[in-house]
Amino acid sequence: MSVVVSPFREPLVRGGKTYHQITEDLCAATERAPSLAWVLAFIAAGSALAFGLFCIVWTIWVGIGSWNLNRTIGWGWDITNFVWWIGIGHAGTLISAILLLFRQKWRTGVNRAAEAMTIFAVICAALFPGIHVGRIWVVYFFFPYPNTRGPLWPNFNSPLLWDLFAISTYFSVSLLFWYTGLVPDFATVRDRAKGFRKKLYNFLSFGWTGSAKHWQRWEALSLVLAGISTPLVLSVHTIVSFDFATSVIPGWHTTIFPPYFVAGAIFSGFAMVQTLMLMTRKVLKLEDYITVNHIESMNKVILLTGTIVGVAYLTELFIAWYSGYVYEQFAFFNRALGPYWWSYFGMMACNVISPQLFWIKKFRRSIYWTFLMSIFVNIGMWFERFVIIATTLARDYLPSSWSLYSPTWVEIGIFIGTLGIFFTCYLIFVRLAPVVAIAEVKHILKAAGDQYVDKNNAYAREAALHPPVQHETAGHH
Amino acid sequence: MSSHKEVIYGLYNDEEDLLKAVKQANAMHLPIMDVFSPFPVHGLDPALHLAESRLHAGGFVYGLLGLLTGFLGMTWIFTKDWPIIFGGKPYWSVPAFIPITFEMTVLFAAWGMTITFYIVCGLGPGITNKVLDERITDDKFCIAFNKASLGDTGKVNEFFRSTGAAEVNTKVL
Repeated sequence: MSVVVSPFREPLVRGGKTYHQITEDLCAATERAPSLAWVLAFIAAGSALAFGLFCIVWTIWVGIGSWNLNRTIGWGWDITNFVWWIGIGHAGTLISAILLLFRQKWRTGVNRAAEAMTIFAVICAALFPGIHVGRIWVVYFFFPYPNTRGPLWPNFNSPLLWDLFAISTYFSVSLLFWYTGLVPDFATVRDRAKGFRKKLYNFLSFGWTGSAKHWQRWEALSLVLAGISTPLVLSVHTIVSFDFATSVIPGWHTTIFPPYFVAGAIFSGFAMVQTLMLMTRKVLKLEDYITVNHIESMNKVILLTGTIVGVAYLTELFIAWYSGYVYEQFAFFNRALGPYWWSYFGMMACNVISPQLFWIKKFRRSIYWTFLMSIFVNIGMWFERFVIIATTLARDYLPSSWSLYSPTWVEIGIFIGTLGIFFTCYLIFVRLAPVVAIAEVKHILKAAGDQYVDKNNAYAREAALHPPVQHETAGHH
Repeated sequence: MSSHKEVIYGLYNDEEDLLKAVKQANAMHLPIMDVFSPFPVHGLDPALHLAESRLHAGGFVYGLLGLLTGFLGMTWIFTKDWPIIFGGKPYWSVPAFIPITFEMTVLFAAWGMTITFYIVCGLGPGITNKVLDERITDDKFCIAFNKASLGDTGKVNEFFRSTGAAEVNTKVL
């Protein structure tokens, strides 16, 4: 094929892989018995999930009074966790949809796992609005269906209902996109399997044969799904930000919220992708498919979005001062210097200051620093939502109703439970499905495999001379 | 499929050999039944004279349907079925309908297109299609002919030999 390849482009598939070797490498994790590390991780994640379920049942049984919310602070860890999880989900769609439209070949190494992460993160997110309503047994009242209560309809002018539509659509469209991408790879696993696994993958692969016409339609479908998922992903976090921005609470009622939330969502999502991919590539030995080049590309996105988020924080502060509006000014003064100053500080340190390290190529290409930074960003973005939600509500218009808030064990338990759900689902996923999209990697092999684009082995030699920064050298900084 | 047909197929090791072979088959007026590959091979569609997929157009229609369902649904509910004033705004608050209208557009387009894709391809949960060779989803590229429509198999054997097929087999589907 006459693909024009820049001689300066770094290979995305290393090790001189053949098509068959790609199949072997990427199917291997689904075919061998789980490792001890997997079993231990699964037990840990399953236990967290079980404890979370217990706390959810407790919440429903005892009531929302089992949380420490009060009349002033009506949203606490529940909505903080909701926004955090939904934000994490956004990176999957960004990688699979926006990078497909931009023809970024490096997406093929990470898109499958990132999309899976999106789906699991949205499941965790959707849990919180569900249980925070208190009377979960009438939660179906949200949905507009002809009913015997009038019929009484939900309020279509409410951002909370927009959220319901946005998140349901986002979840189901992500699922379709992910699954349709998986079908050809399930067929690959099916054609290698025996016995029960043959039956299982025969069902999962929907009868895929690899016919030319099917591939043509498959590509058409992927492209259009990418095209509509792109505005979808932007709309979802925009609508999440409307939950706040359409209110009249100082600190929430700002027009900067939609772009600021979307940038923050992509930022936190990429951090979670890094956390997961660095572990996955190590445990499943996928270093030839998820290369340092992939990691560096994602770090560039983290640097960009982290800086956008930083600009948004500073713009908020400036506009609060410039507005001359005393309530707005107080809201921001209180965020930075009030009783929750530590969460504002954590947010600034983790989200704005620390990612600036990625201006330096050495750090962008270091596994160790990337992993550390991904954890920082995950924490920082959680703080950001806590700052926006709890600290803003804690000091409202009336000093007589000012309050403070700290979570109960139930609220903490539900958060731990969602981490359990997320990692349990992810661990099942890595056993059941190829973590890297097999067909897509084969498709880019001749344009990005090292035996084609790096014939003189320049990158391999450079990598040998200047290995990426590892634990040993990290101490110098 | 109840109709049994005998298929003669050749396997190639590389997509570039496959593309050359398809062009050669066209030149020799051999009626190709189907081509199978482990990943989409670009340049194959024009060589096989496959018309462009109309899924895109389908997606537009489904999207439009979703847009109208969302917008007209909310309009009917808030102006005819149960008008309620929220925050002193008009019953027919068009800007407030935009988010849900948009989400419904995406929802209908995505589900409509995906379901259509599986139906027209004859794929879906519980469906098993016979595979010619299990290595097609791994690293083999396959050109298949329906033996009934060939007449003389000597010509097709010569075709496979001259285009460098790694293997030639026959299978009843």
